[in-house]
Amino acid sequence: MVLLPRLSLLLTILSVFGTLCRANSSGSSSSTATESETATTNTSTTLTTLPIVTWKWHHIETPYLVALWVLVCWLCKLVVQLNTRLKSFFPESGLLIICGFILGGIVWGADKAQTFKLTPRNFFYFLLPQIILDTGYFMPNKLFFSNLGAILVHAVIGTVWNAGAVGVSLWGCWLGGAMGDLNIGLLQFLLFGSLLAAVDPVAVIAVFEEVHVNEVLFIWVFGESLLNDGVTVVLYNVFDAFVSLGGEKINAGEIIKGIVSFFVVSFGGSAIGVIFAIIISLLTKYTGKVQIIEAGFIFVLGYLSYLTAEMLSLSAILSVTFCGVCCQKYVNANMDEKSVTAVRYAMKVFANGSETMIFVFLGVTAIDSVIWVWNTGFICLTILFAIIYRFIGVFTLTWFLNQYRLVPIEVIDQLVMSYGGLRGAVAYGLAASLDETRIPEKNLIISTTLIVVYFTVVIQGLTMKPIVKWLKVKRVEPTDLKLIEKVNNRACEHVLAAMEDIAGRIGDNWWTRGWKRFEDTYITWFLMKPEARKNRDYLFSIFHKLNMEDAVNYVTEGEKRGSLGFLRSGEGTNVDFEKKHGMEFSGVMPDITSELDFGIDNVPVTSIRNPVPSVSLDIHEQDMKSMSEDFNAHHLLQQNLYRSRKNHRHKYSRSDFTINQSEDEVQEIFQRTMRNRLESFKSAKMGVTPVKKITKHPKPNHKVRFSEADSAYSGDGAAARGSPPVRNPAFMPEMDTPPPPWLTELPWSPTNLRRLAPLRLSNRSTDSFVMADLCVLSQHSYTRL
Amino acid sequence: MGSTSSTLSKIPNADELIQETGFTSAHLARLFERFEALDKDKKGYLSPQDFEAIKELALNPICDRIIGAFFSSGQEMLDFSSFVRILAHFRPIDNNRTKEPNSPDPINSRINKLKFAFQLYDQDKDGKISRNELLQVLRAMLEKQVTEEQLESIADRTIQEADLDRDDAISFEEFRKSLEKVNIDHKMSIRFLR
Repeated sequence: MVLLPRLSLLLTILSVFGTLCRANSSGSSSSTATESETATTNTSTTLTTLPIVTWKWHHIETPYLVALWVLVCWLCKLVVQLNTRLKSFFPESGLLIICGFILGGIVWGADKAQTFKLTPRNFFYFLLPQIILDTGYFMPNKLFFSNLGAILVHAVIGTVWNAGAVGVSLWGCWLGGAMGDLNIGLLQFLLFGSLLAAVDPVAVIAVFEEVHVNEVLFIWVFGESLLNDGVTVVLYNVFDAFVSLGGEKINAGEIIKGIVSFFVVSFGGSAIGVIFAIIISLLTKYTGKVQIIEAGFIFVLGYLSYLTAEMLSLSAILSVTFCGVCCQKYVNANMDEKSVTAVRYAMKVFANGSETMIFVFLGVTAIDSVIWVWNTGFICLTILFAIIYRFIGVFTLTWFLNQYRLVPIEVIDQLVMSYGGLRGAVAYGLAASLDETRIPEKNLIISTTLIVVYFTVVIQGLTMKPIVKWLKVKRVEPTDLKLIEKVNNRACEHVLAAMEDIAGRIGDNWWTRGWKRFEDTYITWFLMKPEARKNRDYLFSIFHKLNMEDAVNYVTEGEKRGSLGFLRSGEGTNVDFEKKHGMEFSGVMPDITSELDFGIDNVPVTSIRNPVPSVSLDIHEQDMKSMSEDFNAHHLLQQNLYRSRKNHRHKYSRSDFTINQSEDEVQEIFQRTMRNRLESFKSAKMGVTPVKKITKHPKPNHKVRFSEADSAYSGDGAAARGSPPVRNPAFMPEMDTPPPPWLTELPWSPTNLRRLAPLRLSNRSTDSFVMADLCVLSQHSYTRL
Repeated sequence: MGSTSSTLSKIPNADELIQETGFTSAHLARLFERFEALDKDKKGYLSPQDFEAIKELALNPICDRIIGAFFSSGQEMLDFSSFVRILAHFRPIDNNRTKEPNSPDPINSRINKLKFAFQLYDQDKDGKISRNELLQVLRAMLEKQVTEEQLESIADRTIQEADLDRDDAISFEEFRKSLEKVNIDHKMSIRFLR
């Protein structure tokens, strides 16, 4: 197996590592002493001869260990990923924790003490910020903001409910004696409840990523896990302060201050995030000249926003989240494409790396006899209450929210949402940062938190996918859908998606429209580069890219043939759209050598066929059995039907990161639609019947106007020019009305390339930028309806 | 919302529409607002260009057909009641509606939903989905790397499976029968139009 060499590599590293630890543990105590000595005296030992090589462990100890740990954690991830069989049902995070156990065991064996723990400081300052920045930066904004109300309700009310209910119930059980003798009180129970209440974003992503749930459900859980930090920070600090104040000093004034601090912490944190987002966007507006490092600004400023909020004791997670959420649009518009790609990939690397390290360290930290205090009652009751109250909270709040929603959230989704309330490293971090002088049972709390975390991550993560599958598949699908059913299913999905778009979903309500207007007039002016503002339209940018490619192909074609004489032939400018789909849509000039495929035998654009069929189907086609034919058709359909929006995976994913995966499909579809429309538009202009007719309208008086525009153009239209076309009922042209606004409002079109284009064009030239020219010209020749 | 009644007053035959389509008045008001939002030139009716201006629609492989379904009888002006009537097809089926014996099926009944779907395939409205029409639909919905021969073989097999009277075309009855097992309500309903 491939696994063995990797495992042996890992084990050798670990053994080296183990010896280092042993050397370290004996050396660490002395190294601090020697360091102070060496600070005063340069050499502690007298040299007798020139040393060629010296052992400088204490100089590089800290960076070396850090780097080594990072390496080991990532190697664990590698090992985990290689074992695909196990990975298919066991969540990766669980496996990483187990690796952590193993590593912790090795360190423990070497040192008899856990020298490497997940300290709260390292966790909160070095491991968490990049993960949250990543989630904010890749957050699907539209989905997030449209569900913001529900998310906030769950984050705030749900978390408070969880914290209070768990704390109070545990206190009640303690009073009832279920936990034996503990030095603890109500306030400490509430503190414990508050640190355990929060759903953890890292764990949620890690588990939900492998389970593909629908968008709304995902964003609810995900958004809740991010936004509940505001509540968690407040509750934790408030109860921590209350514990130190002591029970007597808590009066109404303190409680009111607590409530006020919630608002200050949450809104303050978010405001800091927004301020930093503005700074980043403004900065990228002017970094056109330093494209190499403009990508780095995002990371530095994102990290600073985290630290700034932390410094002001506001919610750091909220700050970084909103920084990422708000800046993504402007930054992506302002920066060069290469920088955008660089930022995306780098973010993923950091976030993924940190997440791996967190889970491994969660495992390592457990192998430490100091912290383990086992109290069966406490632990079991905690788990029980955490789960029960989560379910109660989610169901109640969702029932309440469903009254105000047009699309009620189903019970199944609510179940998944409750079950997906995972606790993770944030809870552990908060537990580890408790002050043991004030909270004598700190170790018990740490142990319980760790057990809850393991339970949720491992067991709930393990069972999440089977439960989701089991709940959804209530009706067993027959293994063979008939072809017509498949086709119809997919067609219906497309129809539904279209109807939703037409009906405007929940509606273009006043808020979103107002915000869009405000944003378009003021904010983009302020934060975006002028060139970026023009290209904001997504469809336009695709159109633009296609035009660019066409232009390049056009020119290279011309050069290859020596002159542009080929354009005068009947073939016309048959730029082969099909070939483009293999190319990167990154605006890079396509390789000239790839154009050698273009030739005299260009496939005409109107046919949608790739001359090279896929290999696997060839094999099947040779097989004359009807069985394989059956398989062929089904297989073809399965593989090649365009996915509808309902089938698309949600856009956020930690590890599965492809830039153009569904964009290719989208571009194909878009291109085809555009081509159809332009074709029919053009043929309406030229008075030629389109090949595909969808609608038939009688077009009385537009022909004359079109011919005015034609006069600037080809002689081919001459036939249609002077004389009004014969109105043959079988030959009704498609669209004669002006092209859609997003075609005509092209700020520029490659008209300057027209000098390459001859005056005479053939009818079949559906070259997109020629079409663009047509539109640009024609918009001047008549008014819109 | 207080604006519902004012919006409703702007809609001609609001009560009739509510009765016919089954939408609530709040829904109708919201759809009217959407209609007005789509009608950018304030013409009072929608044209195909207004639909084409919906950006997400251009990313739909069968968008042209869907737009065509709205403008079915050849006109190019879509008024509000037709708009609503078509959207009414996608309301979830009301299971607890009492069936009066002589009233026509509600717009969102199973059979009407199927008719709507059938109409998307059958462009020339001859009551049958011919092989050619099926080919066109498949071509629109399949990715580019499927060759013409493969498309034709898929179309042939599809017709073969569904065609019972061997006339090489799928009539509405055959279409309906082949989709018996499919939960049409689930496939062709939009929850928020309830």
